[in-house]
Amino acid sequence: MLRQRVDDATAGASLERRLRRRWRLREKLIESWVFLAGILTIVILLGIIALLLREGLPAFSYTPPWEFFFGTKWYPVSEPPTFGITSFFVATLWVTLVATAISVPIGVACAAYLAEVAPAKVRETVKPIIEILAGIPSVVMGFIGLMLLSPLVQSAFDLNTGLCGLSAGIMLSLMSLPIIISVSEDALRAVPDDFREASYALGATKWETIRHVCIPGALSGITAAVMLGVGRAIGETMTVLMVAGGALAVPISPTNPMMPMTAAIASGIGNAVRGGLQYQALFAIGLILFVLTLAVNLIADRVLERQKRKFAR
Amino acid sequence: MVMLALALVLTACGGSPSTSIKIIGSNTVTPLSSVWAEEFMSQNPQVSISVSGPGSGVGIAALIDGTTDICQASRVIKQSEIDQAETNGVDPHEIQVASDGLSVVVHPSNPVSELTIAQLSAIYTDQITNWEEVGGNDAPIVALSRDTNSGTHVFFKEHVVQMLGLPTEEKSLEYGPSVLFLPSTQEGIDEVAQNPNAIFYPGLGYVTEEVKPVAIKRTASDPGVLPSAETVLDGTYPISRPLLYYTDGEPTGVIKSFIDYCLSSEGQEKVSDVGHVPLG
Amino acid sequence: MRTGGASKRHSSQRTAFTMLIAATIIAVLPALAIVIQIIISGADAISLELLTEAPSQAGKAGGILPAIVGTFYLMLGTIIVALPMGVMAGIYLTEYARDNWFTRSINLAIVNLAGVPSIVYGLFGLGIFVLLFHFGMSLLSASLTLACQALAMTVTTSREAILAVPKEYREGSLAVGATKWQTIRHLVLPQALPGIITGAVLAMSRAAGETAPILVVGAAFLLPGLPQSPFDQFMALPYHLYTVAAHVPGMPKSTMWGVALVLLVVVLSFNVLATIIRVRARQRRHSS
Repeated sequence: MLRQRVDDATAGASLERRLRRRWRLREKLIESWVFLAGILTIVILLGIIALLLREGLPAFSYTPPWEFFFGTKWYPVSEPPTFGITSFFVATLWVTLVATAISVPIGVACAAYLAEVAPAKVRETVKPIIEILAGIPSVVMGFIGLMLLSPLVQSAFDLNTGLCGLSAGIMLSLMSLPIIISVSEDALRAVPDDFREASYALGATKWETIRHVCIPGALSGITAAVMLGVGRAIGETMTVLMVAGGALAVPISPTNPMMPMTAAIASGIGNAVRGGLQYQALFAIGLILFVLTLAVNLIADRVLERQKRKFAR
Repeated sequence: MVMLALALVLTACGGSPSTSIKIIGSNTVTPLSSVWAEEFMSQNPQVSISVSGPGSGVGIAALIDGTTDICQASRVIKQSEIDQAETNGVDPHEIQVASDGLSVVVHPSNPVSELTIAQLSAIYTDQITNWEEVGGNDAPIVALSRDTNSGTHVFFKEHVVQMLGLPTEEKSLEYGPSVLFLPSTQEGIDEVAQNPNAIFYPGLGYVTEEVKPVAIKRTASDPGVLPSAETVLDGTYPISRPLLYYTDGEPTGVIKSFIDYCLSSEGQEKVSDVGHVPLG
Repeated sequence: MRTGGASKRHSSQRTAFTMLIAATIIAVLPALAIVIQIIISGADAISLELLTEAPSQAGKAGGILPAIVGTFYLMLGTIIVALPMGVMAGIYLTEYARDNWFTRSINLAIVNLAGVPSIVYGLFGLGIFVLLFHFGMSLLSASLTLACQALAMTVTTSREAILAVPKEYREGSLAVGATKWQTIRHLVLPQALPGIITGAVLAMSRAAGETAPILVVGAAFLLPGLPQSPFDQFMALPYHLYTVAAHVPGMPKSTMWGVALVLLVVVLSFNVLATIIRVRARQRRHSS
């Protein structure tokens, strides 16, 4: 119908053909631009992988992988230098553990409160405050940890120094909280009301409903939230650089001063000569970090997909 | 995309105008360089000077790459770095611009007031772990250090931990596993100020009333010397290091004028303001 | 017995709810405490001088104007690159892409990019922009690095915003003969704009606060003037905070808190802006 009108309105079929050709060309051009933009994310991701491999793999020809992963001696400026990252890896595990142990119970409980119990007014006040927490830059968190938290931790636990995995873990938990709360809350709200109604109809109290219906129903979403929080804790640099203590000994307790992998990279990249042995070793750590956070985020994404499909209507 | 392409084209026309000076390198020297830069720029408004960290290593690398005019360093350039420079056609020229005393500090309540270099070495290699062993209280020692980004880390290791130049010199010694590597000197000072068991080695300029410097004895039979501008200058304080500028070949033009200013009496006055020790 | 059981369940509910509220308070308190602490400790240092002058005496005196300006340039550079790319990628994913393994891998790439640690982005920026492309330690290198980091966010928010535009709008437009692109450009995008802008503002806020990437790519400690070109070096607030809290002897504590306060204000004001846009857009959508 439109075509007929165009036919009638324009003088000559050739004009119409030219117009449509121009439109089609334009469409094709735009489509290719958009396509290029679309694959940009893949390009960047592959670029990161390629660079990490290119600069980091040579580290393993100097230090055999076994020694790199399980060695405990990290002396990059000695002659000859030795590279072993066990301390860093264990340190990352410790701070992540502490951060998760604190942020998950509090985060999920807070999410449950906001999603199920809190009156709308309270929700509207609390959510922005949590978003403020999410917005505080990591260097500010590190600064606070240094100035305020570490003396407290030192006296509370009678430690040699408050610069330890525990302090770092506490600051990290504050940084993971917003994302755990936000994603868990979304997961809880996605649980259909029918479930709740059914539970009330059977005579359950609100809390029993939350405990036995809502939380299990949102479990995959909550798991995803936890994984995202874990990913955040693993990848954080400035806070642990300033607060975790930076000792090379393999930490056997969270109250030991320690140096997680991210801090190890930051502590050395300022000195490392481009292309040198220390440079390669730092990139190798970056590679390991990348793989670790990749795995965690993939799991989180998989779980979230399942949650969405579960309740899709 | 277009921006990237444009940028790539513009890269071909890179290079800095002759009235700008780039200084890259050690964080230790950064405050001094910035004070000098500020004064020089106010006297010579057509010159612009930029000062950056993050470490002696990066500064030397930039000198080798040709991406900086002056490299500021708190440690001496290594032979391997000199070799690398020469393959790149760069000839590192060393100029000492100031000295820095490394003060060993403890908490004001710590009764220990003097230490030998050998004792310091033992503390930083985890061989001495309790203050009792050096005449203090029965308390664990918390040894603080700078991380590998810092030229100070390397200097302290060679001259104190490994006791360079002393009869007890031992090149194979490394920092002990329980030493804390901190990303900044300020953090170390803050920790010593509030931790009765901590020990640290900041530059003179960082020492405040909140911490207590310890007198250092070169060997057990030498007298203990407290760090100060005088004792660094006359060489009686055992732990002091030169602060250096490296250029590609002898400095010329505006770079030479700047360095001449730094070495002049007017420039050297600023050195004490920042907390370092001027050249004698 | 019935009532006994019921009240027991009710009292355990009360206990449980108390714990939930306690958890919420624990979650909320630190944010307030931190912000209040920074305001109290930093307010003294805030003066017109601090905000409008260049640093002097190695940062102990003078102001932090170059750091503030540098941060804004960084945010600008980041968003100039990340927003158009992000929106176009979002358009591709929602309007053009077919549901095949290729599209799924793009989505996977986005999820992964979002989770990469910022220091790894720093290493990437160092290797690619600073070294390989020879951009050196410049605004350009840093902006591009931060843009890569922001891309995941801009793509995701654009995609969500475009998806939220009801199908009927598109179908109506195509029915009157508009091309796909015309539909997108004149109908879908304007509708999705608030969501897209919110994502952009949040990305800028993130870029303002990042330290690790610019630590690696190389912010400067002192610059004589403001950057004149993308190839110049730059100062930035987070790096300045890290430096003054760390590397300058005799730095007055109040200055450190002051810089922290300025950084916090910059970052949070962008977050607030994003929230306002989002809330207003929602109101408008509900009223229409």
